[in-house]
Amino acid sequence: MTLRARWGLLAVPLAFLGVFFVWPVVAIVGRGLRPDGAWDLSPIGDVVTDPVIRQVAWFTLWQAVLSTVLTLVVGLPGAALFARYSFAGKRVIWAALVVPFVLPTVVVGIAFLGVIGPSGSLGVDLSGTVWAILLAHLFFNYAVVVRTVGGFWASLDAGPVEAAEVLGASPRRAFREVTWPLLRPAVAAAASIVFLFTFTSFGVVLILGGVRNRTLEVEIFDQTARFLRLDVAAGLAVVQLVFVVVALAWFARTQQRRAVPLRPAAAATNASPVRGWRARSFVAANLLVMTLLLVVPLATLVTRSLRAPDGGWSAQYYRALSTNPRGSTAFVPPVDAIANSLAFAAVATVLAVVLGGLAAWGIAGRGGGGGWQWIDAGLMVPLGTSAVTVGFGFLLALARPPLDLRDSLWLVPIAHAVVAMPFVIRLLVPALRAIEPGLREAAAVMGASPARVWREVDLPLVGRALAAAAGFAFAVSLGEFGATVFLAQVDRPTLPVAIYRFLSRPGPDQFGQAMALSTVLMLLTVMVVLIIDRVRPPGTVEF
Amino acid sequence: MNEPQIPADSVADSVVRVPNTLARATGIPWRRAALVLLALFALVGAACSSPADDAARSGGAAAVGPAVSTPEGGRFPDGTTVRLLAHDSFAMSEQVLDQFTQTTNAKVEVVLGGDAGVMVNQAVLTAGNPQADVLFGIDDNLLGRAFAADLFVPYASTGLADVLATVSRDPENRVTPIDYGDVCINYDRAWFRDRGLPVPTTFEALADPAYKDLLVVQDPSASSPGLAFLLATVARFGGADNDATDAAWLAYWQQLEDNGVKVVDSWETAYYTEFSGSSGQGPRPLVVSYGSSPVAEITDPSLPVDQTPTGSVEATCSRQTEFAGVLRGAAQPAAAQALIDFMLTVAFQEQVPEQMYVYPVNSAATLPPTWATFAQPAPQPWVVPATTVDTRRDTWLQQWSGLFR
Repeated sequence: MTLRARWGLLAVPLAFLGVFFVWPVVAIVGRGLRPDGAWDLSPIGDVVTDPVIRQVAWFTLWQAVLSTVLTLVVGLPGAALFARYSFAGKRVIWAALVVPFVLPTVVVGIAFLGVIGPSGSLGVDLSGTVWAILLAHLFFNYAVVVRTVGGFWASLDAGPVEAAEVLGASPRRAFREVTWPLLRPAVAAAASIVFLFTFTSFGVVLILGGVRNRTLEVEIFDQTARFLRLDVAAGLAVVQLVFVVVALAWFARTQQRRAVPLRPAAAATNASPVRGWRARSFVAANLLVMTLLLVVPLATLVTRSLRAPDGGWSAQYYRALSTNPRGSTAFVPPVDAIANSLAFAAVATVLAVVLGGLAAWGIAGRGGGGGWQWIDAGLMVPLGTSAVTVGFGFLLALARPPLDLRDSLWLVPIAHAVVAMPFVIRLLVPALRAIEPGLREAAAVMGASPARVWREVDLPLVGRALAAAAGFAFAVSLGEFGATVFLAQVDRPTLPVAIYRFLSRPGPDQFGQAMALSTVLMLLTVMVVLIIDRVRPPGTVEF
Repeated sequence: MNEPQIPADSVADSVVRVPNTLARATGIPWRRAALVLLALFALVGAACSSPADDAARSGGAAAVGPAVSTPEGGRFPDGTTVRLLAHDSFAMSEQVLDQFTQTTNAKVEVVLGGDAGVMVNQAVLTAGNPQADVLFGIDDNLLGRAFAADLFVPYASTGLADVLATVSRDPENRVTPIDYGDVCINYDRAWFRDRGLPVPTTFEALADPAYKDLLVVQDPSASSPGLAFLLATVARFGGADNDATDAAWLAYWQQLEDNGVKVVDSWETAYYTEFSGSSGQGPRPLVVSYGSSPVAEITDPSLPVDQTPTGSVEATCSRQTEFAGVLRGAAQPAAAQALIDFMLTVAFQEQVPEQMYVYPVNSAATLPPTWATFAQPAPQPWVVPATTVDTRRDTWLQQWSGLFR
């Protein structure tokens, strides 16, 4: 690929991020650091030397590192499970892993506190401790590791491992010396996403972390949205950005060095039925982890949605969802909320997959010199930037003609795509780098046009990664991630908004309906992700 | 190009047994899937452009020029839309809003802007170039910030004549009071009855070791009821001007901390995960909530007043008034004024209790029967003057943070 072709692929995604990310962020940070037309960088110095902020920054960093390590330790065996074994219910579980992504944090808070809270089923009150934060981060990000690494792993050629074992290597050694080096780019990709998510953790820290545990993200939110001290907020945003860029540079270097081209394999041949006690206990242990981590908390939501005030079982809250006894404007017909959610998420997914795909092919291409890892790292920054910074930035940057998008419904999917794009890039780049160049060359030598090489070599080989990326993009949008939460919107409520509306009012009916609608959202997510997982380019290898 | 083939095993091997039609729909060939996505994209695109970019909005004759003139007969030209920027808790009867459209020919479009604090800050950032014509839901504690940003154009509604004398108002009429509410300690009646413990009736009782570990409150820097409760303690114990750690109100918070008060981020967490009297069935029987919350917990309105599931402690109530104002730079200033007039009418006012759990300011509006029985406003609520709140709030929050962070 020529240098020109690579820049050509990158031009559109870079322009998109320039308008919908860089410009708003510069606008809001500029408002804070240039109040009277002249730059005044002293807020950055004030923030850096403030002992309270230093403590917050330190806490933000170590909890993110610890959360990332914990998620990898628990998630990697899960990835191995999906890559190596076929078992009943595999597809549904693979899709259901995404559910935590779409639930509003306040609902996850209720689910979690139902287990580890003051009167939770665990019997130990972890609320307000860092343990609650770590567990919740594991809950949210488990799917990132399992789906990212598991998908990549499944498409590795089993040949080298078998060869190693034939040559006398123990399974342990074969893993350490063959599989693990090949997996590392995918592990680094997953780790970077988890790190960025937990480094910018907001709702989890507020709801489960008590008043003493605070992250930079929480401080930025308070200074921006509550106190409107834009100078302090800008100083904090710069500090957060520096941390994120340093971390991303490190991850980018790791991935650049370790990418090894591979001959792809039909993944179905890698997954084998569960036989023998070792395999059985491995599968059982993983399923137990998933049950404790995901099923138990989420089940509390389902049971509460079915509990009538008299203690019996009833579907009354589901029936109540479509009634509007007071003729209120705040009422959202569930069908409308589902339609709004699906429409926004569909547009955001298409945007993220197309733009992220272009960027990934540009980054992963060969030829045209080095230094691409810096562009790669730069494209990840939106995931590590405070949503309130972007949201309030939108308000300043996109509020005047020719680009007054404040009233436009496009703003919602655009903001979601800004956050979802890094997912797509992160999942696609390792998959693309793993394509053996010889395959493309062979196709070209035999007369295939570049478009045909792309369609018949690249696309089928990264089909699984593409589907996984689309699934994440969809879930990110469905869960209302992103800057739009902080923007005034013409009322077009989505499912999470409707859930939040119930929960912000007192009374058993409101609570019950919030739980019922959360259950609906979970089921909808599983269904849609199951479909996305199956919509793939032709020839894509299946599990 | 070869016709794309669905791998034969992809459906057959599927562990999920789906009906045939669904299997066909999900094992979608690539090209058809792309078409479906494109169609969806186009569909949403069409839907996206319709309501917001309505050309009608800017076309209203009343929008021209800064001079505000109400059209003859009070009816606006066809297609006039007045936009209402409100906090997330806004709700109103659709029927009542339709009455406004019937009498004025102007439609109301609601724009939601987060909680009251975030909404006001958004409005401050876009001052002069607002997203709406009317802002609703700004409370006393946020007025200072809005006035400093010159957010509103003064308007003296004729409806103010009917507003209760006890309700606070702006002498310059930049904002108009629309409703008020009380923030009070709520208690779980059954919890106290089962233990034979009397329900606490004063602030002091909350610091009594007999009530150790029973109270949950919200972080006042993050939550509006949390701030209201902090203001009530300032009003009750004094020390408003004291910057030091020995301020009387702060000493009371020290006692609360010693007595095991739990602080959480939001009303939702406090009420639904910590409070034992809600459906969330938390462990603590005392919570900072609204004076009107007990009405919402009543499933049987024939209960005697002293048998409701939860109640509120009158002596701890502090009052908040919510205002509306015409935003400077509004596209439809005349219609905005008409909307504020309408918000003071009996029809609108009588809806605010059941829609938003607050009390009407119009003296002619009657409370719904359940409210009249179970949720009268507190007779003597705590109030800190808005000007004091405005100058001192950040200091109080810092003092409070010094104790709890």
